[in-house]
Amino acid sequence: MATTTRTVEVELATQTLGANGRLQRVPLTADPSGAVMPIDLAPGAEPDLGSERMLINIGPQHPATHGVLRLVLELDGETVIRCVPHIGYLHCGFEKIGEYRQYNQIIPWTDREDYLNSMGNNIAYALGCERLFGIEITPRCTVLRVIAMELSRIISHLVWLGTTAVDMGAFTPFLWTFQERESVYNLFESWVGARLTTSASRIGGMAADLPEGWVDGLKAFLRSLPKTLDETDRMLTRNGIWVGRTVGLGVMSSSEAINYGLSGPLLRASGVAYDVRKDFPYLDYDTYDWDIAVGSKGDVYDRYLVRLEEMRQSIRIIEQAIERLPDGPLNVDDPRVILPPKSKATSEMESMIHHFKLVMEGPRPPAGECYVPTESPKGEKGYYMVSDGTSKPVRWRIRPPAFVNLSAIARMAEGHLLSDVIAINASIDIVMGEIDR
Amino acid sequence: MSVVIPGSALPADTPDPITPRNLSYRGGEANPSVDAMRAQFGATIGRHDVMWGETTVWIDATKVREVVLWLRDDPGQQYDYLVDVTAVEHRDPALPLEMVWHVRSLPYRRFLRLKSALPPDAALEVPSIEPVYKAANWLEREVYDMFGIRFAGHSDLRRILLWDSYAEGFPLRKDFPLRGRFSRSEQLSQALLANPDAKYSMEELSVADAFHELPADMRARLLRDQGGS
Repeated sequence: MATTTRTVEVELATQTLGANGRLQRVPLTADPSGAVMPIDLAPGAEPDLGSERMLINIGPQHPATHGVLRLVLELDGETVIRCVPHIGYLHCGFEKIGEYRQYNQIIPWTDREDYLNSMGNNIAYALGCERLFGIEITPRCTVLRVIAMELSRIISHLVWLGTTAVDMGAFTPFLWTFQERESVYNLFESWVGARLTTSASRIGGMAADLPEGWVDGLKAFLRSLPKTLDETDRMLTRNGIWVGRTVGLGVMSSSEAINYGLSGPLLRASGVAYDVRKDFPYLDYDTYDWDIAVGSKGDVYDRYLVRLEEMRQSIRIIEQAIERLPDGPLNVDDPRVILPPKSKATSEMESMIHHFKLVMEGPRPPAGECYVPTESPKGEKGYYMVSDGTSKPVRWRIRPPAFVNLSAIARMAEGHLLSDVIAINASIDIVMGEIDR
Repeated sequence: MSVVIPGSALPADTPDPITPRNLSYRGGEANPSVDAMRAQFGATIGRHDVMWGETTVWIDATKVREVVLWLRDDPGQQYDYLVDVTAVEHRDPALPLEMVWHVRSLPYRRFLRLKSALPPDAALEVPSIEPVYKAANWLEREVYDMFGIRFAGHSDLRRILLWDSYAEGFPLRKDFPLRGRFSRSEQLSQALLANPDAKYSMEELSVADAFHELPADMRARLLRDQGGS
């Protein structure tokens, strides 16, 4: 078979910025030695290719915005010149409603803000209330809460990993991570009866103790999760497409990240070793042996690595928690907040009155205020509680980590390409339920 | 990029922080920054109290930007991290509306609550601290959206969670009813009467229609670009 070669002459050209800041095409020429240089153009010889800026909407109904986020982008070609986020499509007035609810009645609302971390929110809220009431929880409750919070962190990061991989065109890790997430939800279901909206905590304790054999199920999960993490690690960490789509994107320097109030994996990926569990510990996190994952570049790739490592550290914490899980009472022995046993409430007059008053009037903390920060998968989540001594809070303020993190998206996205906005937005790990509340 | 370690300004023999236990309701050791603030600002700093181990300092709202700027930049304080900006309105109408700023010093591992009572008869306006902390941008917008407190010097003070044309008031104020200003039927009829095309049309994508939603500096730049080139 004969082969032919064909030579196509292409005019060499490069792109440069013109005097008005627009992209211009500059023809190139080559001298006999082979060096390439631009042909000096007479002014006006080449048309200005600068076109109108384009405004496009991403969202609010777009799968890659991970919820009802709307980004108005001003584009020059494919480069993002300006990014204006619009939020609030999911605003339900949680904080307003909370002012009309008793303290324990707010717990179901905490499920529904960051719904990937509902256990963690329940417990963070209970911690805030317990400081407001001046309650010290039991050792068993402390350890159970650590297990619940770390499991929440794992499922939240697993969802992040799976959906972000889908955003970048890799579908397989999504199936792997959602399978693991399913086993955590099965564990939650057998513990408190609900999967997503757990409402697991109560002021001074938990809604339920562990069922028989629960810890064995947890151990089985802890055996299978590292395999999935290793598989995902092998699939993505040195994958050319993944690296190409994440390295160098949305870079935040450490001082910038602090000034923007970033927290959680975003802040740590920027090289700030700040973790509420280490620096303002709660639930005895200071007594566990674990490490903070810190990035060095502050780009999307580092955020991925930080989250991947955080799941491994969570496994370490849960393993230690299983070792030390003590027997003993789950709820505090404090009649101000804990209901009497149902058998007593139906047989003894005093217990019945106590039960009635607690349910109908609700527990009353002393007048005061407190702010208890916790490390949620998204960052620093704290509840600022203000009480005037009645059974309903004057103010129930959620410090939403994803809200503050998302406020930096304009800074991260501007100057990048349109397709990179998807990766940057995914790397923030937003949950609109928490942002809009 | 070197790693920033919290607690780096503390003496090397400082023990690692532990979970606080048995905090007292009132009293206890106050945050050492309070005395330094008094020495620096004098009468701008009002009383302080310690509750559940957290220190609250009352400051003059009109001086908040100077105070947080000093707290951020003074080498002995280094409150580099803004945790939260919010407001509190009490049920008792005699009590004033309060502004609350939560700031944190990562190098010293300190947490401080700054509070200001806003006088009831004056306009609800405090200086924005966005020039000091970028994190204040959205947090202050949310306080404006929910409480109607304006922030002087904010770069882009618009409603954030509610829509721009929302006219019922400020939801987290205590005089705002839980179900909104209007009855359910009135809300429904308003929603039905509203022209949905006005909000969700495809024309919204064009520069002309979305133009008023853009920040002021971007509008100026777009206008300049149209005149030039």
